[in-house]
Amino acid sequence: MLKRKQLKRELPLHLMLVPGLILIFIFAYIPMSGIIIAFQQFNPVKGLFGNQQWIGLANFEYVFSLPNIWQVVWNTLRIAIMKIVAGMFVPIVFALLLNEVRQVFFKRITQTIIYFPYFLSWVILSGVLIDMLSPSSGLVNTLLNTLGFESVYFLGNNNWFPATMVVSDIWKNFGFNTIIYLAAITSIDPVLYEAAEIDGANRWKKIWHVTLPGMQTVIILMMVLSLGSVLDAGFDQIFNMYSPQVYESGDIIDTMVYRMGLLQAQYSASAAVGLLKSGVSLLLISVSYYSAYRLFDHRVF
Amino acid sequence: MSSGLSRGQRVFEIFNIVFLTLAAFACLVPFIHIVAVSFSNSAAVQGGMVNLWPVNFTIEPYKYVMERGEFWRSFGTTLQRVAIGATLNVLLVVLTAYPLSKSVRKLKARTIYVWIFFFVMLFNGGLIPNYLLVKELNLLNTIWALVLPGAVPVFSVILMLNFFREIPDELEEAAYVDGAGHWRILFQMYIPLSLPAVATISLFAIVGHWNTWFDGLIYMKSENYPLQTYLQTIISSFQNMESLSATDLMSLANLNDRSIKAAQLILGALPVLCVYPFLQKYFVKGIRLGGVKG
Repeated sequence: MLKRKQLKRELPLHLMLVPGLILIFIFAYIPMSGIIIAFQQFNPVKGLFGNQQWIGLANFEYVFSLPNIWQVVWNTLRIAIMKIVAGMFVPIVFALLLNEVRQVFFKRITQTIIYFPYFLSWVILSGVLIDMLSPSSGLVNTLLNTLGFESVYFLGNNNWFPATMVVSDIWKNFGFNTIIYLAAITSIDPVLYEAAEIDGANRWKKIWHVTLPGMQTVIILMMVLSLGSVLDAGFDQIFNMYSPQVYESGDIIDTMVYRMGLLQAQYSASAAVGLLKSGVSLLLISVSYYSAYRLFDHRVF
Repeated sequence: MSSGLSRGQRVFEIFNIVFLTLAAFACLVPFIHIVAVSFSNSAAVQGGMVNLWPVNFTIEPYKYVMERGEFWRSFGTTLQRVAIGATLNVLLVVLTAYPLSKSVRKLKARTIYVWIFFFVMLFNGGLIPNYLLVKELNLLNTIWALVLPGAVPVFSVILMLNFFREIPDELEEAAYVDGAGHWRILFQMYIPLSLPAVATISLFAIVGHWNTWFDGLIYMKSENYPLQTYLQTIISSFQNMESLSATDLMSLANLNDRSIKAAQLILGALPVLCVYPFLQKYFVKGIRLGGVKG
């Protein structure tokens, strides 16, 4: 009797979940199982779950026989890891510096400005950057020329392209991450600063012994969580700024999957690359969430 | 200077302010430059005379863009996807977050449901199966291809359920004793109490749909591209300037490629600029609730 009452009370909760579950099932779980085409000779006419020919690991063998595959993997790791490292460091420094500013108005204005690019799409930002970085007419090269330097083809030179991606990614995102660290600083107990002052600590000592330890949890948590993006070099950004002349340094797994799969219609081979990437990412993200959970009791849900 | 700062500290403060000002300036300069280019006369732009202020002010580039059918058509597609997509997002987020915010005691199967949604954050089928699915559902070149695949934004669900959790349990119990069921409790109590969170996820949904371009590129035909996808095709032609016929036409009209592109970029960014004050207001709270809680 009691159980029935409980069920009746629970029923609306289940009903509320139905639309979300159906959509997730169709648009997330079906594509997940659709990844089996990586083991098939996919024929579009027969359809996603049609009677396709199974060819085992042939697609993977083909992918690894491609001459540029390791270059692409290396490019991905290089750009992604540089972004993670620099993307940790820069916001921490800015949060510390902003925290030292005592003019509230100046602090607020600066915050407002630095996280503006975060909300714009890479399409817009790439358009802006391509114009700014143009070797003939761009503002950056005009400035370099005025200072007596040669023009640099940031987006067309393999020596410069990865660094340009890293710097522009930081330009877009550092404001957002600065806010996260600033929030961590704000939650530090002011009593600690007062105690440090009584002990005669100067500004640096306070930063070193109070502020940074107070941010420690968030810093390590962010580091752990960033592990999951080691294979994400930033498709949106690179796709909008690269060109065949910088494939050597800028072609990443995601852009390769796009070209192979959708431009050349090599569905199966491209899905094989995608599966490898998703698989490794699953492992990395799981490890990162699990560590975050064990270390800091960080729960996603 | 009554606080009695030492000289070293004063030097640091001045250095700090100067450095932060420069950094903020570096964030703004590209946009100021693009605005300047978009309002400048063709000859001045081509002569490389435009830096941070328009030279020989003109609104010709904007006029030219506004007279183009493609621009308005893509703008229409975007409005449609924002309206349908964001509404759907918010509705689904609220409906999904409410049950998941309950404890296992109140929803026995909670753990299973949570894993179903959580796993989506861990693994995905990748580009190709997603594309093939949309194709086989015959959604290609329809607005639903832009709206349905991302209809349940799991990140926003987490944000919303964390907000719901902060509402005291006693309120729900009291309402239940008074005879209200979960539907009424959700719509007449939880949502009115969570308006800041609803505003946050609505803004995320709106800006997200406004900014997304890749799904437009792969799922839509070019005459139905949403605005950001249309802009993307324009930008990718930045790289190879060989589109002579177009450039010729423009020089006839005393216009140039760069100003027109600049004008379109500005128009594409303008709505985000308009909601920016609201974004700013809600988003600090949002990231604290949603992602990193420290």
